[in-house]
Amino acid sequence: MSTFHLQIVTPDRMAYDGQAERVILRTVNGDVAILARHIDYAAPLGIGEARVTDENGNTRVGVCNSGLLSVENGVCRVLATTFEWVEDIDRERAAQAQQKAEERLKTLERGDEQFAIAEAKLKRAIARLRATD
Amino acid sequence: MAGTSMKDIKLRIRSVESTRQITKAMQLVATSKLRRAKERMENSKPYATVSREAVMAAVRSCAQQDTPFVTARPEGRRCYVVIAGERGLAGGYNSNVFKAVAAHCSGVPACVLPIGRKAIEKYHREGAQLLSSDYSRVEGLGVGGCYKLANDLIKGFLDGQYSEIFLACTSFHSMMAQEAVIEQLLPVEKPEQAEIASCTIYEPGAAETLQRIMPDFIAGRLYSALCDSFASEVAARRTAMDAATKNADAMISDLTLKYNRARQGAITQEITEIVAGAEE
Repeated sequence: MSTFHLQIVTPDRMAYDGQAERVILRTVNGDVAILARHIDYAAPLGIGEARVTDENGNTRVGVCNSGLLSVENGVCRVLATTFEWVEDIDRERAAQAQQKAEERLKTLERGDEQFAIAEAKLKRAIARLRATD
Repeated sequence: MAGTSMKDIKLRIRSVESTRQITKAMQLVATSKLRRAKERMENSKPYATVSREAVMAAVRSCAQQDTPFVTARPEGRRCYVVIAGERGLAGGYNSNVFKAVAAHCSGVPACVLPIGRKAIEKYHREGAQLLSSDYSRVEGLGVGGCYKLANDLIKGFLDGQYSEIFLACTSFHSMMAQEAVIEQLLPVEKPEQAEIASCTIYEPGAAETLQRIMPDFIAGRLYSALCDSFASEVAARRTAMDAATKNADAMISDLTLKYNRARQGAITQEITEIVAGAEE
């Protein structure tokens, strides 16, 4: 299968820089898969799983949290706020974070600024747990 | 006379030696910090560059619909994000940034968001309006901190507290050269000519995409500027302390020469006195 150049960058590091056959990401409108020779495209990312299939056909799974997916002239760039490969995720920590966020959500009212923060934390924790299942 | 001056010289040598020890130690600390700081800086560069390109592309695509991030509002206040160091003794590192800011704002009403203890102290002393004085540590401010900062800045910008945001930081060119630079963060400068409409598909629209990635862009830029400035600070300190150590070395060798001369003089005088006494 033909490949394309994929870069996954977060503010503090480059998580992936190389050829890829396919990448599946969760945007705010739902999951998308990018293959080689995709049209120029840009979409904000949501919180969810990311699947990268490299040139040898191996698939790596990661968790991607907000940012932007952009395809320009055949180069795919993923600007993620945070990005972790599944093997780097600390399951225990994620479970704790989920519990904490759930408890916090019970004490807050919808529409509160803190509510949105806690909700985002909960979403991230769930995405991490789901990816490591 | 020779005796007292000998003692004075000895004392001075000792004091210069202890100063030299401090400057040497600071130089070594800076050298060891520099490697990590440079690594961090290199790692933060791609995100800032790529997000800038993405923002510019989105701005080009939504030139028709006016978004608040593009429209220039020249009449309002300015906001300066000034990144300086935590400590002094780094050559002109801190003062260069302050000078650049003073030259740039020249009388325009502005508020300041200082980052780094030196910057907070300086603008507090001057009585400038500070948005916050919580960010005294540059090294400890991580990506999360930058996101919080970016969200606060954008909120203030949209609420109309200020109409322009400038970032003053130090850009690291090499070990010997660092330059204070001022960059406009918001509003994003409109491209001169709307280029041939790109056929990028935005999902949802370009304006909404722009709004969503704005915090990422600002936070990424802030983080990269912080890493850049920190590397510059450490490099500037290393250079300054290297020069100070060399100066101390020169002073010690000069004083040692003087001390030896004085000692020689004292011995010669004693011999002359003894010989004179024996001859009588």
